[in-house]
Amino acid sequence: MILDGKCPTGPIEKTWDKHRFDMKLVNPSNKRKYKILVVGTGLAGGAAAASLGELGYNVEAFCYQDSPRRAHSIAAQGGINAAKNYPNDGDSIYRLFYDTIKGGDFRAREADVWRLAQVSNNIIDQCVAQGVPFARDYAGYLDNRSFGGAQVSRTFYARGQTGQQLLLGAYSALARQIKAGTVKMFPRTEMLDLIVVDGEAKGITVRDMVTGEIRSHVGDAVVLCTGGYVNVFYLSTNAMGCSVTAAWKAHRKGAFFANPCYTQIHPTCIPQHGDKQSKLTLMSESLRNDGRCWAPKKKGEKRGPNEIPEEERDYYLERKYPSFGNLAPRDIASRAAKEQCDDDRGVGPGGRGVYLDFADSIKRLGEDTIRERYGNLFEMYEKITDENGYKVPMRIYPAPHYSMGGLWVDYNCESNVPGLFVLGEANFSVHGANRLGASALMQGLADGYFVIPYTIANYLAKTAPGKVKADNPECKKSVDDVNNNMKKLISINGKKTVSEFHRELGKIMWENVGMARSDQSCKEALKKIPVLREEFWKNVKVSGSGAQFNQDLENAGRVADFLEFAELLTRDALYRNESCGGHFRVEHQMPDGEAKRDDENFCHAAAWEFKGANAEPELHIEPLKFENVHLAIRSYK
Amino acid sequence: MSHDKTMNLTLHVWRQKGPKDPGKFEVYDAKDVSPDQSFLEMLDEVNEDLIKAGKDPIAFDHDCREGICGMCSQVINGMAHGGQDRTTVCQLHMRMFKDGDTIYIEPWRARAFPVIKDLVVDRIALDTIIQAGGYTSAHTGGIADGNAILVPKPEAEYAMDAAECIGCGACVAGCPNGSAMLFTSAKVSQLAVLPQGQAEAARRVKEMTETLQECGFGNCTNHYECQAACPKGINVKFIAKLNREYLKSLF
Repeated sequence: MILDGKCPTGPIEKTWDKHRFDMKLVNPSNKRKYKILVVGTGLAGGAAAASLGELGYNVEAFCYQDSPRRAHSIAAQGGINAAKNYPNDGDSIYRLFYDTIKGGDFRAREADVWRLAQVSNNIIDQCVAQGVPFARDYAGYLDNRSFGGAQVSRTFYARGQTGQQLLLGAYSALARQIKAGTVKMFPRTEMLDLIVVDGEAKGITVRDMVTGEIRSHVGDAVVLCTGGYVNVFYLSTNAMGCSVTAAWKAHRKGAFFANPCYTQIHPTCIPQHGDKQSKLTLMSESLRNDGRCWAPKKKGEKRGPNEIPEEERDYYLERKYPSFGNLAPRDIASRAAKEQCDDDRGVGPGGRGVYLDFADSIKRLGEDTIRERYGNLFEMYEKITDENGYKVPMRIYPAPHYSMGGLWVDYNCESNVPGLFVLGEANFSVHGANRLGASALMQGLADGYFVIPYTIANYLAKTAPGKVKADNPECKKSVDDVNNNMKKLISINGKKTVSEFHRELGKIMWENVGMARSDQSCKEALKKIPVLREEFWKNVKVSGSGAQFNQDLENAGRVADFLEFAELLTRDALYRNESCGGHFRVEHQMPDGEAKRDDENFCHAAAWEFKGANAEPELHIEPLKFENVHLAIRSYK
Repeated sequence: MSHDKTMNLTLHVWRQKGPKDPGKFEVYDAKDVSPDQSFLEMLDEVNEDLIKAGKDPIAFDHDCREGICGMCSQVINGMAHGGQDRTTVCQLHMRMFKDGDTIYIEPWRARAFPVIKDLVVDRIALDTIIQAGGYTSAHTGGIADGNAILVPKPEAEYAMDAAECIGCGACVAGCPNGSAMLFTSAKVSQLAVLPQGQAEAARRVKEMTETLQECGFGNCTNHYECQAACPKGINVKFIAKLNREYLKSLF
């Protein structure tokens, strides 16, 4: 099937304004008759639930954490982009749009990206009004910093905790609606199924993580804001609870999954210390504003970093990309770090690391200025590594961080299942094959504050409120299915723990479908994943019962879904026989090692339809048209 | 840097089936612990052994494991988050301990935080306090340009110092009165100092402090244990600010 993104036509600058006018509206007094289920309360979900509640809809919001303030958006450090052009350095909506399309290696929809750039300015205003304490100068004006993939300073920030402050802004708006009674909040509640009635999304089945109760909630529309899936690699910068489960359950119920192979490996993470590690920690890309990446020139270098003289250091990003230097986009910076290590010039345990050196900046600006800018990051680095980044260069290595792929949605953020909307990292829409720094926060809030309030009305206006009641047979069936799945997980009583399976899956994925992929490695993974999945269902050991607080059971369900999803990700990586952005196929590279796209055959989104856990999914294609930014080889030199 | 030496530790962990069940300490061995592991990774290993032995693993809250989400919450050797300066449990590393140590692990203990299971407590009361007024009533859309409201750097920094609170509840767990005054004052102060928050400042401080009492938190008697326990270094000066704001609101 050829998919239609339903993008508005005409001059790109007018598309969103025109579309807003063309969409249907729901009368203010009718809004309260509609119930909207919002799953996930990060930037996208928190903003959506708050904004929809404000409009007068009857909203139920769900999160697996104990409070909506804890979603993993909170961990974003560096900042949020907007095309304000406050520094007068040449920024514009068009430039943000252009940088995002180019940064995504020409694999995102133009109209969606335009809208993102257009509303970016509203986001800053909104957050300021909420009391988000953005960095300011002494006169009181908003301050900006630079980020990778851009030559203008358009990133707004709140120390190294921008995600936290933006999330707390959305959380406070949500709190206000909870108090007002327009939003009912269900914390410690995990979505385990999507309820589809007559082809439309009309509810979800959830597990109360405290009592273990499985129950369904019906509504007139479902909004999934459930984040990304890079925990499929086991070690990643995601929170421990981040999973593909909600998205995967929706996929199993008919929603197409688009471009799952687009995963972002972030260049500046703290290297792994041992095999008992549970997660990796990111350090903001903003560090690359003042830190210089280097590796020793000599192979197998044994000296400490401060003993290696200047002329024996290779500042490889500055050498390879003189115009962007240390601010090259993430995919490029990650691969460059891997290249140094593969060349036996890596540093630290196992030689899997490169230096991020602040000595020059400290000399130029003083340690106090660096501390003011990144103090919390240096502190975090020291806690984890026991090293002082002001005195010794930090060691960094790339780690799975973000998923550009996600559930397929049209321009309205609506999936192919009517009534199912998907926002933020959970959808596939705006980042193409690589996301630029400080753009995830922008997308989450754009979708939640400024897109869904309009586009959901267009759907609801065409549907009568309360069409599906709680006694619908689909609800009972869904609850039974979830219950049976839980029972099955517990009844296996095998020998291996859930974490052991997750770790093994992560190893398969990182080695074969990680930073570099090949026809052969993908095929290897496709052989191993089903074997591991089969073993899981025969030999996993899950403790306790379903009718209680049971973290082992929660985790088992998530890993079971990763074991299915991993195969789809790999299949997509095998299918996409080109390199683009974060998807690097070793067969397709330029003579200098850069990613080589194949626009003739792959200038499209690949959206997969579920056909059964052990059956091949069906591929649907949405061609991408570039009418404003011309397809070109991405160059940051 | 990696250390070769591993440690063996004895853990006394609070186990409690549910809010109404009696709890007690159980003793576990943590073996071959690497100094580079985080405290939670050490507990992960203990749990792996418990699961394999067919026993109930220790329940504890955690999520981001980078010290920012505020989910992790354990009292270690009598100190909320383990007593390392400005550090959450998830960022506590085993190099802080030595071979042969005995470690006591308990949940947050406060009247307003009932135990759900083992080390997991219900902190919904903190959300209830925020819902009482911890926001500006800015409606989505139709907002003036961000630079239309000037916030001089000192005020912005002061607001940010307060806004860093991660809502973990360590201040409550550390306080002999089980007071959430530091938590509440951080939000009150952040919004009171910013021009955006001033219109509602009086109503906010009144309603948040009233809710604080209704939720079963104790009052502040200036022990400053909250500041010592806070993993984000939130300063008790914000409690003084809250008191000033409260007095102002009466006039």
